[in-house]
Amino acid sequence: MAHSNPLLEHRDDEGAKIGMWIFIFTEILLFGGLFLVYAVFRNQYSEDFHTAAFELNAFVGTLNTVILLCSSATVAMSITAVLKKDRKTAMILLGITLVLALVFMVNKYFEWSHKIHEGIYPGSELMADLERGELLFFSLYYFMTGLHALHILIGMTILTVILFKVRNGSVNDDKIVLLENGGLYWHLVDLIWIFLFPLLYLIT
Amino acid sequence: MAKLDTPALEQSFLNNHGKNPIRAWLFSTDHKRIGILYLLSIGFFFLVGGLLGGLMRIELIAPGETIMDPQTYNGVFTVHGLIMIFLVVIPGLSAVFGNFFLPILIGARDVAFPKLNLLSWWLYIFGAILAISSQFLGSGAPDTGWTFYAPYSTETGSNVVLAVFSAFVLGFSSILTGLNFIVTVHRMRAPGMTWFKMPLFPWSLYATAWIQVLATPIVGVTFLMIVAERLFQIGFFDPSLGGDPLLYQHLFWIYSHPAVYIMILPAMGVVTEIIPTFAKKHIFGYKAIALSSLAIAAVGYFVWGHHMYTAGMSGTARWFFSFLTFIVAVPSAIKVFNWVATMHKGSITVRTPFLYTLAFIFLFMIGGLTGLWLGALATNVHLHDTAFVVAHFHYIIFGGMGFAFFAGLHYWYPKMFGKMYDEKLANVAFVIIFIGFNLLYFPLFIIGMQGMPRRYADYLPEYTGGHFWSTMGAIVLITGALLMIYNLIIRTRKKGTPAEMNPWGGKSLEWTLESPPKEHNFDEIPTITENPYNY
Repeated sequence: MAHSNPLLEHRDDEGAKIGMWIFIFTEILLFGGLFLVYAVFRNQYSEDFHTAAFELNAFVGTLNTVILLCSSATVAMSITAVLKKDRKTAMILLGITLVLALVFMVNKYFEWSHKIHEGIYPGSELMADLERGELLFFSLYYFMTGLHALHILIGMTILTVILFKVRNGSVNDDKIVLLENGGLYWHLVDLIWIFLFPLLYLIT
Repeated sequence: MAKLDTPALEQSFLNNHGKNPIRAWLFSTDHKRIGILYLLSIGFFFLVGGLLGGLMRIELIAPGETIMDPQTYNGVFTVHGLIMIFLVVIPGLSAVFGNFFLPILIGARDVAFPKLNLLSWWLYIFGAILAISSQFLGSGAPDTGWTFYAPYSTETGSNVVLAVFSAFVLGFSSILTGLNFIVTVHRMRAPGMTWFKMPLFPWSLYATAWIQVLATPIVGVTFLMIVAERLFQIGFFDPSLGGDPLLYQHLFWIYSHPAVYIMILPAMGVVTEIIPTFAKKHIFGYKAIALSSLAIAAVGYFVWGHHMYTAGMSGTARWFFSFLTFIVAVPSAIKVFNWVATMHKGSITVRTPFLYTLAFIFLFMIGGLTGLWLGALATNVHLHDTAFVVAHFHYIIFGGMGFAFFAGLHYWYPKMFGKMYDEKLANVAFVIIFIGFNLLYFPLFIIGMQGMPRRYADYLPEYTGGHFWSTMGAIVLITGALLMIYNLIIRTRKKGTPAEMNPWGGKSLEWTLESPPKEHNFDEIPTITENPYNY
């Protein structure tokens, strides 16, 4: 039909951001279910959790925390760069974010494969002989970091799409809400790690 | 579509097909079309679920094996529950009438995120395909019941992973719809429409949307844990892997009790729209109804433990959950009181939607009050896991949500399709459905109290009478439902008369539009100056 379509003219950046915040809330609740499970079992088997946590490499954990914090900073800086109409810097900063995310995943890969090599993985013979609480700790470790790693991958996909949109100019200083929402999502992924890190690596 | 015989139909959202009509519908971001897509798909799954329920009733018509063996029966009641809960009643009213009428009722041209809205529907269809295929693929239909209780769900040989994953996908679809509606209500209300000038159906959708957003992720991650337990032996629930089965029940009901309010709140909203229209009177206690929706949403979070009284909780936890269960009944009672008070001294015209509404109030009260029997600790121990529970929740879900759905369908049908159905036939169908419903479920209260367990394919001879009448009721109910569908689809297509703009004399915004509305709803966005129920 040939009438001008008022539906297409509708644009509400504020609404888009509210939507993103609500979505972030649901993600926190998704992990909230896991934190609840962690709290219940930690309370029940605090001794075993204490012993098991020593098995994790706090150095790799700290390194990954620093990496993610830096990547959050670069995403935030890329927003400022787009607002200053500096497209090239914005693209470089987003690129750095993606590289940092990749380094995080590589570290994670080595960390997991080391554990698996030691025979600590769900369903292994060694796991079956562990104390109940230790078994649960490692199950939680794999489930929580695994689900978090999945979110890193989703975040990387989103940021890659945005990188291309910055490049072709469809994300610019006037239409920046997509980048801001992508950045929010990335901060969320970071924030969840901030909670996972002490719960799994630091509290022993 | 039937012959285009009115100018309204010519210009309506139904008529814009573009080059490829299928594409124009399946990929439309128009909230009205998405509402109709939901109506058709939910209607289809309702029939499938109803058919499975009918098969269960035939199996139970007499003691012993009638048409299926016990394992098949377990599969059938699981699929019946899965389809009816996740594909019919949870999306139900908010996806169909919410999508179609929320933007119109608040004076907007669409929801806040039209593309996301379409994605929700596609996720729904994807989840539905997974749910249906779980019945045929792999190692046999799931036999856990729709609750997927651990540790059975982590040990049974049947195809649980696919079924659980489908519920996860459907939950995601539900979250996106909720998110969309929250932002829509916050950002898209017409100028002058303050919160307390908003009609009450949007109010109930708003409360529902918050539950969808806040409760669904918990069950989502719980279902992922079940999948991980079956695929990777990460055992949070299986005692042999270190876990705790009771923890599953807690996590499951943290969502699944609020889910009951996802079903019933929009139903209450529809009823609240219908009553003032036919009583020709301002709704009684507008603010009390609006706020009681939020109260139900809030308190409804903290009552999940009443599903677990016999599962092994501390005495303190039990009286606490029981107390809160009684508290949550209060805002529901406030609504019932206000509906009845609205009718008091109104000039009532009894038309088809109003009949369904009256039936809703009656059935919802039976369902709600028997809920208090189950919420009380002492009676619960006697009634737990009996047919009484089955009767109770069917009175709430079908008698409540289902009848409100039918009420809404008959109320808004002329607006949605621009045609008026045969009201006499609709009333006949209503009477048959109402009788069939009560005949089907009321005997279950009685045999449940006498000790008939739920989910059993066989029973002792003393329950034969109750089961026999219940099956008769199922036959009557299905007859009535088919008559209703015949009337709304086939007969109206052939003989339906063009609908007026405002066939019932309603005051809310949808009645200021053509029947059916144009693609962009309003030529000019209205400015709101008064409350929607000024009769």
